[in-house]
Amino acid sequence: MKFDQPATINPIDRARVVGQPIDRIDGPAKVCGTAPYAYERHDAAPNAAYGWMVGSAIAKGTINSIDTRAAEAAPGVLAVVTHANAGDLGKGRMNTATLLGGPSIEHHDQALALVVAETLEQARDAAKLVVIDYATGEGRFDLAAAMRGATAPKDVQGSPADTRTGDFDGAFAKAAVKIDQRYTTPDHSHAMMEPHATTAAWTGDKLTLWSSNQMIAWSVGEIARTLKIKPDNVQVIAPYVGGGFGAKLFVRADALLAALGARAAGRPVKVALARAQIPNNTTHRPATIQRIRLGAKKDGTIEAIGHEVWSGDLPGGGVEVAALQTRQLYAGKHRMTKHRLAVLDLPEGNAMRAPGEAVGLLALEVAMDELAEACDVDPVELRIKNDVQYDPEVGPSKPFSSRKLVECLREGATRFGWDKRNPKPGQVRDGQYLVGMGVASAFRGNIVMKSGARVAIDGKGRITVSSDMTDIGTGSYTIIAQTAAEMLGVEASDITVRLGDSSFPASAGSGGQWGANSATAGVYAACMAMRSQLAQKAGLNAEDALFEDGMIKAAGKAIPLREAAGRDGLSVEDSISFGDLTDRYAQATFGAHFAEVGVDVYTGEVRVRRMGGAFAAGRILNPKTARSQVIGAMTMGVGAALMEELVVDTRFGYFVNHDMAEYHVPVHADIPEQDVLFIDELDDKSSPMKAKGVGELGLCGAGAAIANAIYNATGVRLRDYPLTLNKVIAGMAKA
Amino acid sequence: MKAFTYERATSPAKAAAAAVANPGARFIAGGTNLLDLMKLQIETPTHLIDVNRLDLDTVRETSDGGLRIGALVRNTDLAAHKKVRRDYAVLSRALLSGASGQLRNKATTAGNLLQRTRCPYFYDTTKPCNKRRPGTGCAALAGFNRNMAILGTSADCIATHPSDMAVAMRLLDATVETVAADGSSRAIPIADFHRLPGTTPDIETALAPGELVTAVVLPRPIGGSHVYRKVRDRASYAFAVISVAAIFGKDSNARFAFGGLAHKPWRTEAADAAAAAGANAVADAALAGAKTTEHNRFKTDLVRRTLAQVYAQQEIRA
Amino acid sequence: MKDSPAALSRRAVLGGSAALCAAPAIHASANAQTAPTGKTQMIATTLKVNGKDVRLTLDPRTTLLDALREHLHLTGTKKGCDHGQCGACTVIVEGRRINSCLTLALMHDGDDITTIEGLGTPDKMHPMQRAFVTHDGFQCGYCTPGQICSAVAVLDEIEAGIPSHVTEDLDKVAFSDAEVRERMSGNICRCAAYPNIVAAIRDVAEGEKA
Repeated sequence: MKFDQPATINPIDRARVVGQPIDRIDGPAKVCGTAPYAYERHDAAPNAAYGWMVGSAIAKGTINSIDTRAAEAAPGVLAVVTHANAGDLGKGRMNTATLLGGPSIEHHDQALALVVAETLEQARDAAKLVVIDYATGEGRFDLAAAMRGATAPKDVQGSPADTRTGDFDGAFAKAAVKIDQRYTTPDHSHAMMEPHATTAAWTGDKLTLWSSNQMIAWSVGEIARTLKIKPDNVQVIAPYVGGGFGAKLFVRADALLAALGARAAGRPVKVALARAQIPNNTTHRPATIQRIRLGAKKDGTIEAIGHEVWSGDLPGGGVEVAALQTRQLYAGKHRMTKHRLAVLDLPEGNAMRAPGEAVGLLALEVAMDELAEACDVDPVELRIKNDVQYDPEVGPSKPFSSRKLVECLREGATRFGWDKRNPKPGQVRDGQYLVGMGVASAFRGNIVMKSGARVAIDGKGRITVSSDMTDIGTGSYTIIAQTAAEMLGVEASDITVRLGDSSFPASAGSGGQWGANSATAGVYAACMAMRSQLAQKAGLNAEDALFEDGMIKAAGKAIPLREAAGRDGLSVEDSISFGDLTDRYAQATFGAHFAEVGVDVYTGEVRVRRMGGAFAAGRILNPKTARSQVIGAMTMGVGAALMEELVVDTRFGYFVNHDMAEYHVPVHADIPEQDVLFIDELDDKSSPMKAKGVGELGLCGAGAAIANAIYNATGVRLRDYPLTLNKVIAGMAKA
Repeated sequence: MKAFTYERATSPAKAAAAAVANPGARFIAGGTNLLDLMKLQIETPTHLIDVNRLDLDTVRETSDGGLRIGALVRNTDLAAHKKVRRDYAVLSRALLSGASGQLRNKATTAGNLLQRTRCPYFYDTTKPCNKRRPGTGCAALAGFNRNMAILGTSADCIATHPSDMAVAMRLLDATVETVAADGSSRAIPIADFHRLPGTTPDIETALAPGELVTAVVLPRPIGGSHVYRKVRDRASYAFAVISVAAIFGKDSNARFAFGGLAHKPWRTEAADAAAAAGANAVADAALAGAKTTEHNRFKTDLVRRTLAQVYAQQEIRA
Repeated sequence: MKDSPAALSRRAVLGGSAALCAAPAIHASANAQTAPTGKTQMIATTLKVNGKDVRLTLDPRTTLLDALREHLHLTGTKKGCDHGQCGACTVIVEGRRINSCLTLALMHDGDDITTIEGLGTPDKMHPMQRAFVTHDGFQCGYCTPGQICSAVAVLDEIEAGIPSHVTEDLDKVAFSDAEVRERMSGNICRCAAYPNIVAAIRDVAEGEKA
């Protein structure tokens, strides 16, 4: 099915099942510990041996020699894999650095060997016996120093690295009110709870990988490319994924090493990265340096808006697209954005939840707060004043498919009690705390991806939906069941959903908050095909047929689905693909974040007291799971604002704080009540589901609302994240 | 984790004797720090002596009205102990601010004292560290040292002691009781128990090889108002950036100990003597000789501010 | 450990097994070749897991977590960090929650261990498991078994009057959201279902009182 015209009324609009806050259908398995994750497939690979990765101790250079003799001689060791014996390997298109390094080394903790042994204890111990002699090379590790040599990337997600509209320089120079500030965000780690893990088994030429991975179809191609085998010989299975946030979009070292280890050992092998290996071995969200210039009239109307971004990555890598939202979020006749990429020899930078916006808004939305103060306009009103219903770089010819930013700001402000905010900073005291409120807009582009599914009804009438879609905590199982139930006129409990297996039709996968909308649209397409076939078999006209109560009803007849499907059952497959609606319309999701913080007046410790937000993201497929996505993202925003930072040691070229004791993410005690309001919205240009993504939106702007609340509480304006207590007290000392 | 042999000790003296008989042996109790380090091969014992089943898990009153806390008393139990809550609240508070509920259920009194530093270079076997491998250098000196020590440091090591409990023990003038392989016992004042790094940062305590901590003894209660203020980067489950333990007595008397500043819980006579002169005077005295880096310079200001807070709250209470 | 009768009887029982372990049974097997140090031994141990005695012969290095996951195939208990930094491996041992990654299986010879599988099954969920489903107290599900084991134990800890960092008066311990947040802070959820988890625990606590 091709989606190239806005959706009209369709079965989803009944909203009998879709849009209901039903419990997760995979819930009981998860809360009882019976849901199997990648390293837990005793059922499928009962005699798996254990692999332990050896990472590079240096960031840049070459291996002079690698001595595996002691490791090989250690008790229980079955094989040691290195570049020297791994065979001819290619590189995935989506990997910047090779997954198995050697002889040249591209980054710290790049995998250089895998030790396979009978037991985990033996493998881990023997891994320490691999002796590597390095020739250390010169590396570049300091973004601020490398900034000057940064160059324009070819493109940023298919659009130009730089954009210009009108006369930015002239308009900014003439503006009555100017903001020109520099902001920095550090490297971030996904820190999902399940480490990267894979169990691999070969049967002849055929490789099966039970792998913790967000993108099954991509990974089949990537692993085939890396191992130089046919994609047909690769099966990737991931029914449960213990969090990803972008860390598992791509094939990583665990998958390649498990495959190589299994080949070398002649039996299944499983590999999980050790927690301390993850930040330097895998990918991270790159640090940014950002400059924002806002030129406005005295009343806050933006005339000139400019956003420049610098980030770094390994040679051949990509830039953090942190200025993208600035192209579309606010009005302003004169505009510019610019992305520059520096070459750094740190571990590979790549996508983490809401790449671009997550850190772009940490800067832009603080700049907006600064502008509001400079113009003496309420920060909510400033954003409303600068709303624009079309892509401001293009003009009214490219309207937004739907855009309810203003509604989000207004309703969110009311719910939060924004009117109680004292606009003058440093005025509200509660015991030892200075209290402040902040607001920020939320913006995240809406991406759609081709997605397929199979729908089958067996002889007993049980309906099964199969797709290689993943559920990384996003609720895919549940919303897919809801979609199929709605389409076929049954209950969600009547649907079995099977996900995360490359033998199923390829789906959109989980990433870029495109998963829910695209994957359910694919299920919609398959269900439309199923409806048509069922009607045909029943001798009815599909166009007229009503699917409800487990029956097809038309022409005065009501035939149970089981009967219509016949004794042999029925299985159909289809996919949704998307036409040019994303070109004809600007498509994005919107929201407004509100935060109240308390800042310890003595120690500068910041504690979030309340968070609230209103979000418009098309049809909300399941308000319960969608809310969980949003509060989880808001919490990641708390992390980005207050504590998350991979600290670069520029001498050794690595992230020093590479475990969960030293890389802080929020814990229970950091998170108070979080209020989420979904604004009613259907977006008929996004998909037949009329939904958009919501999984990343909650992160976008959340941290900036906290930064602005800190300013409101203390009068200390901080522009270098994370906003740790040492920065707060330094600011308070100056104030 | 390197292979090791394992035995369960049946008495403290036998445990100590076994440790002397097996060079490379370590006692294991809670294991929450030792196993963490063994997995990374920062600790590589060849023999483990499991002391968990020794009769060292009770808290008893001493003849002079103090408390003898068995080495194996778990952090949860010590914090919740009636007498500790009532008479040594600073100890309860310090314990409860540390680690997590799960870790406190496992971690023991002796193990908590013997915790090793959280310096990230100590934790990374690919990097230089004089504490882990004497003579390799200190990567923290010119590296990421925001959380490192500013007092009592040396050119070889600027690590901090991570314990909260030990800071309260120091404030309370606790004594550490031990038994040696020959069955002899001794009592080490807590002030002498932890060492400064000097040129041998790998030697962290006054314990001799094989010497087993059997108890920590608290002198009779001194009353007063007890405070443990831990400043940290997130609301819970984080090591202290700095911490201040204090007991305010009558007539402007007070005593202070600090965490997150040094290789050991930091307490000075001069700081205690300055109590009557107020927070700034205490800070001046406590911070005398502080040596900071670009990244941890804020700690002096933070100590000052936290002391001011502790004093301010004391006034509110009084 | 408190000197409860249960603790005393446990020690008495273990006195016997400690003697047994002073001369540990050494088993020759393909997995127990002599290490370079010449000291690898395999040791027999008995754990009482979810009410059943299980006898294992283990490399002493085996953590309780790996014994559960790799030897007993009780994979509901998760390995998130393996270093006590996340709480995903939380199980209840002798009535107390601990990080199973930071303890050796051998150290628990004779101990009563409850894992997520012992609390309930999809057909017969523990009230806490059901409350987590109702309140969507999880997303990816990986930290969930640890959160639930921790939550069950937290309610017992509050009941037992064990104070926490946020307990204002150390002698007055009572249920509150703030207490739950502090006590659950050793269980990290990166999907961050925190408010939903607190709601689930509150529900169960109120149900228990009712």
